[in-house]
Amino acid sequence: MNIPIEYYLILSGFMFLVGVAGVLTRRNAIIVFMSIELMLNSANLTLVTFSSYMGNSTGQLFVFFVMTVAAAEAAVGLAIILAMFRNKLTLNIDDINILKW
Amino acid sequence: MSLQLILFVLFGTIAAVSSVLMITRANALISALFLILNFAGLSGLYLTLNAQFIAVTQVIVYAGAIMVLFLFVIMLLKPEHEKYFSHQPKLKIFAFFIAFIVFIQLVFMIFVSHPSQGNNASVAASVKAGTIEEIGKQLYTNYVLPFEAAGYLLLAATIGAIVLAKKKFE
Repeated sequence: MNIPIEYYLILSGFMFLVGVAGVLTRRNAIIVFMSIELMLNSANLTLVTFSSYMGNSTGQLFVFFVMTVAAAEAAVGLAIILAMFRNKLTLNIDDINILKW
Repeated sequence: MSLQLILFVLFGTIAAVSSVLMITRANALISALFLILNFAGLSGLYLTLNAQFIAVTQVIVYAGAIMVLFLFVIMLLKPEHEKYFSHQPKLKIFAFFIAFIVFIQLVFMIFVSHPSQGNNASVAASVKAGTIEEIGKQLYTNYVLPFEAAGYLLLAATIGAIVLAKKKFE
């Protein structure tokens, strides 16, 4: 492995924090959801990096399971967004506050 | 400059720039397309890490299945023009400030802890860890229970999505 492991870890941390900034600043529910996918992917990059640098495939198995969970989460989350849009005709998460006390 | 470094810079730049563009575009459709570009860059990064199976799965599952679902919902809803950025500028500044501080913290931690000291497997071991043969062997021997659980999770998610998105008839 020619290049230092730190490069991959810093790229992964950068992408994770871009995702955090997206969740905190955007108000469109779908874009908030896509930012969460971005954060999951940056965690995947870290797992694959360590798996590859240690010559052990366990990290890549975890990436496989994370992808499964992300697919399930996307299906259920988009169904919730669809049901929410049908009731309130908006995607702005500032307007959807029926669970807020 | 070795080839691995050139490829890392190329795919890393694609992934980083497209992630920033993803959260700054006003149109959700353009955002989704940039996220797909980000996944393509990540897939290239996985290839530079000798993780062939994960690289292919990334394209098939993320760019092929999940993002198509996202694009489908975005085009289905086509929401009216509204302010998507938060109307509190204080919150926005706070969010970017927090993200920046945590990023600096992470970079500091990564450089202090020297993660490259302990784990330097040979290239052959790294290539072997990423093949579908090795991953499949692990998946059907040591990790067969989580594998079955993932199947049940997908079944539950499918049923849940149908129940949630179903039109209610009274």
